[in-house]
Amino acid sequence: MLTLIWLLPLVGALALATTSRWTDAVARAVATAIAAVPLLLLVVVWIDFDPKGAVFQSVTDIPWIPAVGAGYRVGVDGVALPVAAVSALLFTVCAAYPTEFRGRARAYLAWMLFLEGVSLGLFLALDLLLFYVFFDLSLVGMYFLIAIWGHEDRHRAAYKFILYTLVGSLVMLLGILSLALASDPMTFDMRTLIREQPLMGAGAPASWTLFAIGLGLVIKTPLAPLHTWLPAAHVEAPAPASTILAGVLLKMGTYGLLRLAYAPMQDTFRAHAFILGALAVFSIVYGALVALGQSHIKRRIAYTSITHMGYTVLGLVVATSAEHASRAARETALVGATLEMVAHGLITGALFLVAGSLWRRTRTFEMDEHGGVSTRAPRLTSFAVAFAFASLGLPGFAGFIAEFQIFAGALAAHPWLAGLALVGVVITAALFLQWLQRVFFGEPPPRIASMSDLGRVELVALTVLLIATVLIGVAPAFVIDVIMSSARLYAGAS
Amino acid sequence: MPILHVAPELAVVLGSVGTLLTVIVLPRRFQKLGSVVLLVALGVAAAFTVFLQRTVEATLTFSGVWALDELTAWSRATILASTAAVAAMSPRWFATDPRHGEWYAMLGFTAAGSLLLAGAADLSELVVAMLLTAAGGYTLASYHRASSAAAEAGAKLYFLGALTNPLLFMGVVLLYGLVGDTGYRALAALDAALLDPTVFAASVALVAVGLFYELGAVPAHPWVPDVAEGSPVPAAAFMTVAPKVAALAATARFFAALHGDAPDWRPAVAIVAALTMTLGNLAALWQDDLRRLLGWSSVSQAGYGLLAVVAVESGHWALPSLILFMVAYAAANLTAFAVVAAFRGRTSLIDYRGLGRGHPWLGASLSLALLSLIGIPPLAGFAAKLTLFGAAMSAGYTWLAVVAVVNTAISAFYYFRVLGALYLAPQPEHAPRLGGASIPVALLGAAVVIALGLGAQPIWWSVAGAVVLP
Repeated sequence: MLTLIWLLPLVGALALATTSRWTDAVARAVATAIAAVPLLLLVVVWIDFDPKGAVFQSVTDIPWIPAVGAGYRVGVDGVALPVAAVSALLFTVCAAYPTEFRGRARAYLAWMLFLEGVSLGLFLALDLLLFYVFFDLSLVGMYFLIAIWGHEDRHRAAYKFILYTLVGSLVMLLGILSLALASDPMTFDMRTLIREQPLMGAGAPASWTLFAIGLGLVIKTPLAPLHTWLPAAHVEAPAPASTILAGVLLKMGTYGLLRLAYAPMQDTFRAHAFILGALAVFSIVYGALVALGQSHIKRRIAYTSITHMGYTVLGLVVATSAEHASRAARETALVGATLEMVAHGLITGALFLVAGSLWRRTRTFEMDEHGGVSTRAPRLTSFAVAFAFASLGLPGFAGFIAEFQIFAGALAAHPWLAGLALVGVVITAALFLQWLQRVFFGEPPPRIASMSDLGRVELVALTVLLIATVLIGVAPAFVIDVIMSSARLYAGAS
Repeated sequence: MPILHVAPELAVVLGSVGTLLTVIVLPRRFQKLGSVVLLVALGVAAAFTVFLQRTVEATLTFSGVWALDELTAWSRATILASTAAVAAMSPRWFATDPRHGEWYAMLGFTAAGSLLLAGAADLSELVVAMLLTAAGGYTLASYHRASSAAAEAGAKLYFLGALTNPLLFMGVVLLYGLVGDTGYRALAALDAALLDPTVFAASVALVAVGLFYELGAVPAHPWVPDVAEGSPVPAAAFMTVAPKVAALAATARFFAALHGDAPDWRPAVAIVAALTMTLGNLAALWQDDLRRLLGWSSVSQAGYGLLAVVAVESGHWALPSLILFMVAYAAANLTAFAVVAAFRGRTSLIDYRGLGRGHPWLGASLSLALLSLIGIPPLAGFAAKLTLFGAAMSAGYTWLAVVAVVNTAISAFYYFRVLGALYLAPQPEHAPRLGGASIPVALLGAAVVIALGLGAQPIWWSVAGAVVLP
């Protein structure tokens, strides 16, 4: 079942890449349909998922190289399931969303489906090597999406993206090897490693292993000051690819921190968690401040991503710090962090789509060359306003539930960090309000006089994302139940 | 019967002689039939290789001068397959050369030299193998007599060989003087504490330099980029694969015979590995010539291969990693050169712009080969790199694994430059192609790159627990 979820998009990608009969429109319809199947399958898995059952469910385990304990192992827990589901949703929306094909529609859609397959595979993997395989492949997929279909400076941005994140992933590989070599008998099985904690009390080797794994994931997340690849990649990527980058690829970093860095090395992680927490808070404040200074629409949204990923990491740090917080506070923070991954994917993903729609009509990302868009495109404006408010944490949207729980947990565990992080919330509010005001209201310049409103596909796509955002914002219980089933693993027993 | 133990080598030598005799009597327009004779001989040799691997226990044979083990079997398979691929793509490449029949004979003799190099378990046999490989290599590298680039490549190969081969002989003579025997078994049984440490270290270093020449490792590497760039493309494909794979096996075998304790040679080899991969990668960074880039990349790959040599005595990772690396590197490098041959040997990276879009299958083959050389999963190169890193770490050489990781990241830079040229051009471009077998070889090579990555398990299983003789 889970195998089908990641394999199907890959098969679809191959089919799209090798056939040549379909027109662009047909190819897009086919791609969207294929992209939607994993979503449906994940819904089935979700329904099957028993929140009171085992931590890992729907598990498949086939040995691959038994001599070193590598195998094909997939399964879901309460964190992987929501993150995978929102990824599948985003991929479906992005496959459908209109963008510039540059005459290579099938190649574009094939890479999109390829990326969906490897991303979902990553979230479902229960084997360190399998995780790494998907992690690396996602880089290749995103490289081509940016390098071929991006904006003016796309080659440089794609280059920077692949080199930067490849360095991270290779360092992570060393960490993975070191972790696996420490286990006896050697294995790459996450479940065994989590159970046995092979590096417990190992001192410096444990710290270095955590550092190697953590570094790769922090680059991917990214936390400042290791974020410099992100704005360039976001600015140059085509809008749906930006959405995937923000909504899915960044999650690999935070999800990995929980699954690869914390779960199998809990003691070591706790000992160094404060550094990570401090980095997270630095990212929150730094990201917000830099975003405020940007006049480029996508760059501004990109920096708010850094802020939001900072919230997520802060939540993770709190969820795992047993000596500072009560069990209730840790569980709250874990739920908050996981929800933030989901919410950020939906909200920031949607904001990038909005930015893409703007660009398709005005051919510019400069805020100063916009203005008064609300007079020409009221529907586009409504979505922009809704998602901007969702992003700054207005109650009723998913982002609020997530950030509220993160802060509730953080105040109990690290009040200083929480206090500093609150500054980020204030700045984020300011920067989104300023963005709305300068782009959508005021006097329209001539450039946007003939601007059209959202098309049918764009309307449906954004509506779907908005419904999901509001649904989680108003009735989050169905997600929280699932996440809580993993609390005993990630939020510790004591 | 022991003669059977070297049946693959005999088949190649006899086949090469047969090729030579055939092309002498063949009229010019049938010279290409030499490839058929050679391919038959290679096929027979491959059949013997499989038969021996299945039926004969790992042993030292011929009074201990010849090692028959997993390493020999896999080296034989790799060398034979590479030679067959080169022989298959040669007829069209040399079609304008009316008397190129001898090419196949030389190819066969050099392959025989490589086979000897991989299985040698005796210093004097090592010398013979090295001479045969080197002498054949000079001819292959400069086969286009009228081309100054090929002449330069051949000259560089020759002068470096003329420098390092005597050093190897000197090392062998010194070792013989110290040990009183040329066999690796005697070397392994040696109590190094009884020897003069300085002379012993010097003799080992001299032998190592000789091996590093054929391996293309620092300090004897400079022939590799020139041969890759200037030699006929089939020669470049052959010389950057078969002798290098053989030399890697020979290096591992020689150092395995020494034991790591006294004197500890591992730090020195680790430093050579680090220098080789770093130098190769840095030199490849800004190459605007694809063939030269592949040459420098081949230097850096030799450095990765040495990781397995450093770890050869420790743990169950070393031998599988060595073998996985050999086959993965050979498949990827041959694929890359087969694509170059299919595009009629064009060198400048600019000339490859848009070809990935105009020729999707060849473009995909080259891309897969390069991604495998980086080590992107799930391709063959990933299985190789993963096990190499694991081998180095379990041998206590984590710093070397870190250096290799940094180098892998650097290498991504230039490999992706090639990918960028292939795919990021605004328009698809088309180029005249060489007919014949180069395109099927490229496609087959790419398929092997994928299959070896997904099917690393059977290889691992078949060699897990085996040892490097002696």
